[in-house]
Amino acid sequence: MQKPSAKSSATTPFENLNRETFDHHDPSSYMKKFRKGLTRELVEAISKDKDEPEWMLELRLKSYEHFLKIPMPAWGPDLSALDFDEICFFAKAADKKGGYQSWAEVPDSIKNTFERLGIPEAERSMLAGVGAQYESESIYHSLEKELTDQGVIFCDLDVAVHDHPELVRKHFQKTVPPNDHKFAALHGAVWSGGTFLYIPKGVKVKKPLQSYFRMNAKNMGQFEHTLIIIEDGAEGHYIEGCSAPKYGSQALHAGCVEITVGVGAKFRYSSVENWSKDTYNLNTKRAIIERDGVMEWVGGNMGSGVTMLYPCSVLKGDHSKADHLGIAFANAGQIQDTGSKVFHLGKNTSSSIVMKSLSNGGGKSVYRGQVHIAKTAENAISKTQCDALILDPISISDTMPTIKVDNPTATLAHEATAGRLNEEDLFYLESRGIAKEQAEAMIVNGFINPIVRELPLEYAVEMNRLIEMEMEGSVG
Amino acid sequence: MLEIHNLHVSVDNKPVLNGVSLTIQPGEVHALMGPNGSGKSTLSNVILGHPKYEVTQGDIKLNGKSILKMAPHERALAGLFLAFQSPHEVTGITLEEFLLAAYRAKQKRLHPDKPPVLVFRFKKMLTELMAKLHMDEKFASRYLNHGFSGGEKKKCEVLQMAILEPCMAILDETDSGLDVDALKSVCDGIKSVRKTATHPMGILVVTHFTRILKYLKPDHVHVMKGGKILKSGGPSFAKELEKNGYENI
Repeated sequence: MQKPSAKSSATTPFENLNRETFDHHDPSSYMKKFRKGLTRELVEAISKDKDEPEWMLELRLKSYEHFLKIPMPAWGPDLSALDFDEICFFAKAADKKGGYQSWAEVPDSIKNTFERLGIPEAERSMLAGVGAQYESESIYHSLEKELTDQGVIFCDLDVAVHDHPELVRKHFQKTVPPNDHKFAALHGAVWSGGTFLYIPKGVKVKKPLQSYFRMNAKNMGQFEHTLIIIEDGAEGHYIEGCSAPKYGSQALHAGCVEITVGVGAKFRYSSVENWSKDTYNLNTKRAIIERDGVMEWVGGNMGSGVTMLYPCSVLKGDHSKADHLGIAFANAGQIQDTGSKVFHLGKNTSSSIVMKSLSNGGGKSVYRGQVHIAKTAENAISKTQCDALILDPISISDTMPTIKVDNPTATLAHEATAGRLNEEDLFYLESRGIAKEQAEAMIVNGFINPIVRELPLEYAVEMNRLIEMEMEGSVG
Repeated sequence: MLEIHNLHVSVDNKPVLNGVSLTIQPGEVHALMGPNGSGKSTLSNVILGHPKYEVTQGDIKLNGKSILKMAPHERALAGLFLAFQSPHEVTGITLEEFLLAAYRAKQKRLHPDKPPVLVFRFKKMLTELMAKLHMDEKFASRYLNHGFSGGEKKKCEVLQMAILEPCMAILDETDSGLDVDALKSVCDGIKSVRKTATHPMGILVVTHFTRILKYLKPDHVHVMKGGKILKSGGPSFAKELEKNGYENI
């Protein structure tokens, strides 16, 4: 397909990106040591391997108990093909506690994967910190010295459990308790790696911090835990990128993101998830926002066979605010069941949700949203806008918003549109000499642009290119 | 030269054009008049290859070559242009982006070996043309036709024509919905595009009314009714029509 000319001239680390870049997998002979399936012994072994304090082991075992008791979700996409006995819940490609001190020390086999993806070399220049995780363990974390001096912590969560136990213990599983749902419980039992970000009172981190998560081996499960604490008056922006190669047999990603936004603090969480199409991406992301705090979610979901992801904001403090921006692309064989949840608890809280979805090749996009205005939430304002673009007659789009209002002073708006590629729009562009495929790409890019432009530049370029790749030869 | 020969067209198996023949020489202005539903807009869209219409018989030739098998963008690149009756609003694509893509496609066809025009050069050209058409340059960064008034949309079509310099432009009711001042300014724009074009530009003016013909003086006037051209004449024929209407044709 021809690229829209205005965009194709940019030189970026993603210029030569193609499906192969992500689907490629490196040798994984280290996997021989690790077994499939989940048992109490495995949970204990993970904790032992990490030399964890007793309290963490207890949390893991409690989570495991919940996992055994809680049934699979009775709503949403069909997960019956997901076989927990076929998943490897814990694996290490390198045996290096806490990751490597410098990128140069990272073993070539792992380094190759990340370098092929353009991480971290191309991005180091514009980021304040970089993290990388391979299978279950974090392999690398860096942070600008200036920020370290200001008390900012950006490290592997496994490391934080040892080095900052009070902070971790105070916040871990407090935003997303393990009995929240089956996969939160599973996550609590086998979580490994992930990111710990702590920005102390009043510190404003201007440049974004980034982590990249990669599953490489077959039938892998990745359960990274992201714990973010933004103290009163602090500011930050954190970016997550995710990918996995394609094997044709199932993989599972059940990550968890917990964010606390303090009084008057401001935080943005951006993510681009591009797991392979045999991955179940069942993720839980939640933020609690205190008085005058602002939380922004920006997300792009491209990959996975089945995605269930509904970032959640709990507007606890008065005058707190949440913005949710998301884009999902469901192609052949994919179900993107995504959305947003917002709980308004404080007075004068406000939320805005803008979600866009693309469906192509028989893929299914579902917007599933929940807005709850509690009794205590005087004068809450919430606005939801979801737009769906369906690229061919066999694809599906669905919108399932739930709104619950327990306080009559609330102001709510919900708008949803669903449309197909419009023949008249296409003809208009074509009648000016623009070939059909390029015209389609321009219209699709135009549709997603309001969201994509909120992503960091590299990801915006990556996102656009991925969507073009996904659409290649399949439209019209 | 555009030649339409015994053209029959159907929509959903219903005939809408029943043997239209029309020849426009380079640089000529033709007016196509007729009541609502006579097939004027259909003819305009068929010439550019709108996928809704099926040509069941006859031919359309541009400079001696049949264009019936060509995709719409190929016809545009061959030099055809249609100023739409109701230009579509397209969200997410700015006017500038859209025109750059169109201009680059055209340049690529004309000069396949040259690198694409640089964005800043294109912007300069665009700003100049917009000034000439008395368009606010802010429109360039707005979504295509989005929130434009009727007059602004029509002006925007003329701007596109100015950028693409077609050899044959079809103006489908470009006068509809314009007040006297807007009509004059749009027509001045069209005249100026014709004057500065590097080649003689043929024009087919599709209209209900004769007032646009005061500005764009036609060499030939045709009347269409029931999917056919019933009568043709010289410039004075338009005045006759204005007086007597289409009833007695």
